[in-house]
Amino acid sequence: MTHPASGAPAVRMTHIAKRFGDCQALRDASLEVMPGEIHALVGENGAGKSTMMRILAGIHAPDAGTVEVFGRDVTGWTAAQAIDASVGMVHQHFMLVPTLTIAENVILGREPVRGLAIDMARAQREVEEAAARSGFRMNVHRYVRELSVGEQQRVEILKTLVRGARVLVLDEPTAVLSPPEVEELWRVLRALRDDGGTIILITHKLDEVTEISETITVMRAGRTVARFPTAGTSPAAIARAMVGRDVVLAGDVPHDHARSAVAAPVAAPALEVRNLVVAGERRARAVDDVTFAVAPGEILGIAGVEGNGQSALIEAIVGLRRAQSGEIRIAGTDVTSMSLREREARGLAHIPEDRQRRGLVLDFSVADNLILGRQRAYEHGGVLDRVRILADARAAIALADIRPPDPTLPVRALSGGNQQKIVIARALAREIVVLIAAQPTRGVDVGAIELIHARLRAARDAGTGILLVSAELSEILALSDRVAVMYGGRIVAIVPRAEASEASLGPLMTGATGS
Amino acid sequence: MSDASATAASVSDGAPAPMRTRLDRLLEAVLPPLVALLVSIVAGDLLILAVGQSPGAVYRLMLEGTWGNAYGFGQVLYKTTTLVCTGLAVAVGLRAGLFNIGAEGQLAAGGLGAALAGLALPASTSGLVAVPLCTIAAMCAGGAVGFVPGVLRAKWGAHEVITTIMLNFIVLALLSWMLSTGLRVPETLHTQAVHAGALPRLSAWWSGFHGSAANGSIAIVLFAALLADVYLFRTRGGFELRAVGLQPDASENAGIDVGRTWIRALTISGALAGLGGINFVLGYEHYYEEGFATGAGFLGIAVALVGRSNPFGVVLAALFFATLSQGGLAINALVPKQMVDALQGVVILAMAASVPEVRRLLASTRRSVR
Repeated sequence: MTHPASGAPAVRMTHIAKRFGDCQALRDASLEVMPGEIHALVGENGAGKSTMMRILAGIHAPDAGTVEVFGRDVTGWTAAQAIDASVGMVHQHFMLVPTLTIAENVILGREPVRGLAIDMARAQREVEEAAARSGFRMNVHRYVRELSVGEQQRVEILKTLVRGARVLVLDEPTAVLSPPEVEELWRVLRALRDDGGTIILITHKLDEVTEISETITVMRAGRTVARFPTAGTSPAAIARAMVGRDVVLAGDVPHDHARSAVAAPVAAPALEVRNLVVAGERRARAVDDVTFAVAPGEILGIAGVEGNGQSALIEAIVGLRRAQSGEIRIAGTDVTSMSLREREARGLAHIPEDRQRRGLVLDFSVADNLILGRQRAYEHGGVLDRVRILADARAAIALADIRPPDPTLPVRALSGGNQQKIVIARALAREIVVLIAAQPTRGVDVGAIELIHARLRAARDAGTGILLVSAELSEILALSDRVAVMYGGRIVAIVPRAEASEASLGPLMTGATGS
Repeated sequence: MSDASATAASVSDGAPAPMRTRLDRLLEAVLPPLVALLVSIVAGDLLILAVGQSPGAVYRLMLEGTWGNAYGFGQVLYKTTTLVCTGLAVAVGLRAGLFNIGAEGQLAAGGLGAALAGLALPASTSGLVAVPLCTIAAMCAGGAVGFVPGVLRAKWGAHEVITTIMLNFIVLALLSWMLSTGLRVPETLHTQAVHAGALPRLSAWWSGFHGSAANGSIAIVLFAALLADVYLFRTRGGFELRAVGLQPDASENAGIDVGRTWIRALTISGALAGLGGINFVLGYEHYYEEGFATGAGFLGIAVALVGRSNPFGVVLAALFFATLSQGGLAINALVPKQMVDALQGVVILAMAASVPEVRRLLASTRRSVR
């Protein structure tokens, strides 16, 4: 069953283990891919998908286990051997020379020569033929620096095909593509498959998996935990396999459901965001046409896998980043073009997601950090009122249970939980209309989490509108009155807390039914 | 050394929540230079032995030539005055997370500013009016030179280490050109003596200082150091400046305009360096002379580092480096003067290696903009 060449899997990896330093990237991972299929390798970030494929492509050698390609044991081969044996990998970061043409890039490293010179005519002919054969529409004389990201990716694919790849590995190929470019990629991949090619697709987007693949292998924490045909499975089932069944679910968390009904918006919303667009660095839009409102006395939780535009959304709301278009209102006032300080004057407070970078000056004392941003309130003729700063600090330390209770200690000397208590105490020290709380309990010990949650609930009950952004779904479910899900820069759903559960939000977070 | 362990303990055990008093801060500022001094004395012993002299004899000579007689001490005070200014300039920059290497040009510009003001005023002007005016002119000239790299950093992200170094050459060349186009006394490299604003030498009060360059500007400069301390640690402006220096991202999130704070810091820094110009121009020669600032700007970096960017520390560090510099002249008969330069290097290395704050300040200036 394992040895005959005919009918053997294109790729067969068994009981693979790999360790990098202290990190066990893979433990007992197995993968079987049949010739002529599109196989999706899915899992959360850090599940070991890329490592698995790098072992297949000969970039890493496995610590244990075997790798077979078309029935031949190739365990521990080199990248050059993998390429010669027709396994090609398209990496997340392209490896192209921008100042060379498409044809030159494709032949790089295996240039046809005539005498001592490169036979450019032949090179171009070869590349054009290969492109036509694979259904690529491209002018091979163009320079790579002029190409869009999608076109560059096609050049990378062409490179592997020209080198004779029959097994093509793509690492998160759609991460950098626009929707039409994704469609074009699917067309190319289907054509390659119909031509007998074998394709392994690394991804964590479930809608892609269900659209393009025939078979799915799910990885979690360095193991392959499930393998099933795409037909007949549901995104929910895949999501459950990705995250694991043993995760604490929403039902465990006490929540006052009755509140949700009370929190219907009546007065002007504490915070209103309308058609907000924020430019991103890699993607064109980090925040793409987002609209929502937070009522006074309501916690709106934004769930979502990190990196789906939450940071840009927060920075635009608090005034650290310009909005490209759209509108932001605090208690009815348009603040879109206001500075951060003007927004704060209108009742905005912010608990930043990266407290040590955005929230605190670690070498300042606890007292100084407690007034950071409000130092103007403590000056008389330019001089700061040290006595009042220290008195207020002592009061805040007592109220927020900051330990040790010494206002003159540098914040660097405090634990993460106590540092976060300072940030929160500062945000809640004055009358506010709306609080933006980003990852409020990240890296904080359990006791502090309870305290922080209690303070957020108390602020909510006092009438503050709170926008809670957290990567912890359990936190979102524990605190929110309504839950919004952010994916790919968009709010893909807003549901009342009663209708939200880990099972119902999970697929939304991975974009399964996002579009 | 017992002082060191005592302070360390009182800060760390913290049970009765001890307040950090002014005395604590002063001790914090004083101890590292003392340790650095100890290290450099040991290193100096080795250097002196290496050239075949007795360390005891050399140090005795050094002390006699500096603190041992009124003239030598006067010279130490004179050199201290300039170094306090350039040291403060670098210190204020470092507090804002900026490395001002342009104190040399700012100091020279301040000198010419003071001289021009002193030349423009009629000779009958009272010193009570002329000295403040000339001092302000010196600070404005230095501040203008510091303002430029501040704007370049804030608006276009040009790193101040590069721009301040380059500006040194531009400013010194510009001053040289101004001097050569009519300002100088023919056949010399200096201007005419100022008509007003000249400060008395200290020998006017006590004849023991006779012949030394020490003058009244030291009082103005020490007052400026006091003001710098108040500004940095007591005012909102100083609070924001230090916050930006330690964590620009958190400062931005607190509504502080980081770019404007950089501009302000480098302008103040330049003004403090420029202030040093009055020491030579108003206090010593009473004219501006090309090259009077040579070396003082770069030594200011050492002064700020050893003084831990603390104005009182800067004063003491300036006194220390001025003593070394003057002592170098005194021991010339026994050992090469370059040995003192080597000692200065040892002191700076000892500081950079022993004080974490210095290392962090240096590292923070490497952070790129935005």
